[in-house]
Amino acid sequence: MNDLLSTIDWSRAQFALTAMYHWLFVPLTIGLSLIVAIMETVYCRTGDDRWKKVTRFWMTLFGINFACGVATGIILEFEFGTNWSNYSWFVGDIFGAPLAIEGLFAFFLEATFVAVMFFGWNRVSKRFHLASTWLTAVGVCLSALWILVANAWMQNPVGMDFDPDQMRNVMTDFWGLAFNAVSMNKFFHTVFSAWALGGAFVIGISAWMIWRNRSLEASKMSLKVGAWVGLVGILLTMWTGDGSAIQVAKVQPMKLAAMEGLYEGKPGTDLIAIGVVNVREDRHEEQPEASYAVKIPKGLSLLAQHDMDAFVPGINNLLDGYEITTTGDTVFTVGYDKRIEMGKEAHAALRAYEDAKKSGNEAMADSALKVLNDNYQYFGYGFLSAPEDAIPPVAMTFYSFRVMVGLGCYMLLVYLITLLVMYRRKQTAKPATWVCWLMMLGLPAAWVCSQAGWIVAEVGRQPWTIQNLLPVNAAISDISSSGVQLTFWIFAVLFTLMLLAEISIMLRYINKVSRKGILND
Amino acid sequence: MEIIKRIFYFYRDGFAGMTIGKSLWLLIIIKVAILFLVLKLFFFPNHIKDESANNGLAPQDVVRQEMLDRSPN
Repeated sequence: MNDLLSTIDWSRAQFALTAMYHWLFVPLTIGLSLIVAIMETVYCRTGDDRWKKVTRFWMTLFGINFACGVATGIILEFEFGTNWSNYSWFVGDIFGAPLAIEGLFAFFLEATFVAVMFFGWNRVSKRFHLASTWLTAVGVCLSALWILVANAWMQNPVGMDFDPDQMRNVMTDFWGLAFNAVSMNKFFHTVFSAWALGGAFVIGISAWMIWRNRSLEASKMSLKVGAWVGLVGILLTMWTGDGSAIQVAKVQPMKLAAMEGLYEGKPGTDLIAIGVVNVREDRHEEQPEASYAVKIPKGLSLLAQHDMDAFVPGINNLLDGYEITTTGDTVFTVGYDKRIEMGKEAHAALRAYEDAKKSGNEAMADSALKVLNDNYQYFGYGFLSAPEDAIPPVAMTFYSFRVMVGLGCYMLLVYLITLLVMYRRKQTAKPATWVCWLMMLGLPAAWVCSQAGWIVAEVGRQPWTIQNLLPVNAAISDISSSGVQLTFWIFAVLFTLMLLAEISIMLRYINKVSRKGILND
Repeated sequence: MEIIKRIFYFYRDGFAGMTIGKSLWLLIIIKVAILFLVLKLFFFPNHIKDESANNGLAPQDVVRQEMLDRSPN
């Protein structure tokens, strides 16, 4: 058992490391592709050659990031096959479809139009080149769509039936799976946040050039585009974030409770703006959710249900069986003790079904299948030892949520100040040094914010790899932890080296071109 | 045929004219080689396929057995 726990922990750490490394590149690809397309559109509409040079500068940075990010996601698929093979088999029929579509999009759409973007200057018409740049921006979003559909399905498994003969879930409703409220909200929230990150990147680099007295004109031109894209991106991210909260309250209420450290729910629940969360050793011990807390009165009820007096169930209420329905009503359903019992009945029925099939006893197989189907809703709970096993890591979820929201607000401030500086009546040669630093700090803030958002999404749904269906202890392969530890450290070293190489290529290019002057290049 | 030629020259000249792109391609090739020729080959076997071959079980039986073994009594 100890080795299994260790294998789970190391496999989760390895997956987190790989996914976080991959996510360094993806949002910048999405955000920068839009910014480059807007810049090129300005060039095509105005015919101003300066915009062409600015576009090419940022397009090269897009290319460096794109090249550095290539294939980093493949490693996740390696891990599915080795570390998470039960998961891969159990839901491969469903999970595989969106991933395959993503592969096709990534290869054909992006590869074709990215090539025209980089090789096509002066070799294809202006309009065709511009169309290719926009199609690249659309293509990266469509690629992201299918990955996010796959991820959203893990948070909200719909559109499938379990086939006990194949021991896997088979897709029954592709459109329901792909275009449900959770997947669409997740897609837009992620893409808009990537636009915000792209804006922060352009602002951060431009501010650095201004601070160093380099390429002032091109930097100011870039700042305007970056700030507008960033502002629109962050406002839409906040809007879809509100939609996410509503969805999480319905399909993953335990995650919402963990985000707030809320053990006992009540009508008109406050939202903790900042504070030190009190994680309970025993879930029944009485203490406030957080110490030194600054609260927004009734904020959580408003966030979760758009109703200031709504009841938001806490961790204990959920374990007792409270849920929020799709219509927003709080109802009492089946407690986790009972769910675990029913899950075990499903497991026993699955064993009985297999034995009956082997012995050719069809009547017994049918009877076992009926019991399995009746209890399959709680199949995953049968792998838990106690209701408390279903509580996610509260502290990490709580703090990641506040880091995400706090830095999101900081980014909003950066975009607003940048626009204020760029459009104020009395223009100076360059913004004040403190303003430049404020803008530059937006760059790391955007990445930390984005990563924190994923930590909330993924850590907050523990112990489930697939919500309510498959916990990590059943999804993991029967492998030794030492092998996973070895590959974890190989990845850690390899990723660090690759990242250093990649950042160094980017910095050298920025340094070289900005020194010479972007408009003189 | 003419269109294929034009596409070929488009890519050929594009690759030949690369500056920073050459370093990037080198980085991509090194990365992909490490991923597929070292990591995938030596460190990331297909667990179910291997177990299935070793124990003479169908893949779904391997998964069923592994999962139900995790069910606490």
